[in-house]
Amino acid sequence: MEIYTITVNGLSKQVTVDPGTPLLWVLREELKMTGTKYGCGIAACGACTVHLGGVATRSCVVPISLVGSRPVVTIEAMATDPVGRAVQDEWVSLDVVQCGYCQSGQIMSAAALLKSIPKPTDKDIEESMGGNLCRCATYVRIREAIKSASQQLKV
Amino acid sequence: MMVGHVAPSGAARKFSAMHFGKIVLLFASLVALAAWTSNPRREGQQSAPPTVATTRTDGLAAWQQVYSVLTHPRCINCHTATNYPQQGDDRHRHFANVLRGPEGKGVPALQCVTCHQTANADSTGVPGAHDWHLAPFSMKWQDLNDKILSSTEICRSLTDRSKNDNRDGAALLKHNTEEPLVLWAFQPGRRSDGSMRTLPPLTHEEFVTATRTWVEAGTPCPQTR
Repeated sequence: MEIYTITVNGLSKQVTVDPGTPLLWVLREELKMTGTKYGCGIAACGACTVHLGGVATRSCVVPISLVGSRPVVTIEAMATDPVGRAVQDEWVSLDVVQCGYCQSGQIMSAAALLKSIPKPTDKDIEESMGGNLCRCATYVRIREAIKSASQQLKV
Repeated sequence: MMVGHVAPSGAARKFSAMHFGKIVLLFASLVALAAWTSNPRREGQQSAPPTVATTRTDGLAAWQQVYSVLTHPRCINCHTATNYPQQGDDRHRHFANVLRGPEGKGVPALQCVTCHQTANADSTGVPGAHDWHLAPFSMKWQDLNDKILSSTEICRSLTDRSKNDNRDGAALLKHNTEEPLVLWAFQPGRRSDGSMRTLPPLTHEEFVTATRTWVEAGTPCPQTR
């Protein structure tokens, strides 16, 4: 076990865990931040997506030992992020969610996409969101919500 | 009966002196060769003329060793002709809809570094190294059907400075010696089931030695496809 200090949503957090512990486990089990979901555990579904150093990252496969000084941003901070807020608003407006389990990961990836490409094409959306699976198949509404959020944001 | 030193005859002294001279010459040559082969400054420099000229035959033999590494899955999986990387020893398409992207580093919300960090994550089975990315299309070593290109084709591509990021022989040697993703191929870490990933057929040291021999021979390419 080792002591790690990481920055999560702007706050410094200290945890004592095994170096190989995935960031997702640290967030959910150690810090009790359960907004980020465990889906597959092998980076195949995207439910665990957070922003690590500004990059959409699958937290289930990143050991805490490799996080370093890069800030971690989770779904819990999206409401205070201009892009995240816009995405969440459109998610509600278009009633994107069905069961909802994958949606925190979907929103994190959507926000990362819009921060990189403020006015994405359908192709941009399909490519960037292609790693986020939704068993309820809400893909059409996800795409519309991203495009709608894009229109709400000033470039 | 006592055994003592016996004074050598004149002929024996002449014979010994002659062979002593040969031994000294041989030893000096070996020392010079050892110094040349162990000099770390040679790596990455323009091909220094070897003590004994490296022949084209030597170079072609060395190239085949280099080729055996380049076409191993640890290397060729990221030298694709397609818009996606491969993974595994069977070189299957990378899972999770991973795409090449405009710079070979994925797309905005699904970059290579979305999963691949700066080091192997053995606890989760995800390989990693600095700046994980695909080689550009100009450095593809497969065709669009994922068939590995021939020794001649890859050799010609690798030595074409319009395709290889303008690398001369010395730069190719430096790349094979120092590039983090090349180094990763020889320390690829564990799979998610805990088993070790398979290694290229040469050690990194052997790979660098073969590359050096090939470079010193003038980077010859096989004539036949």
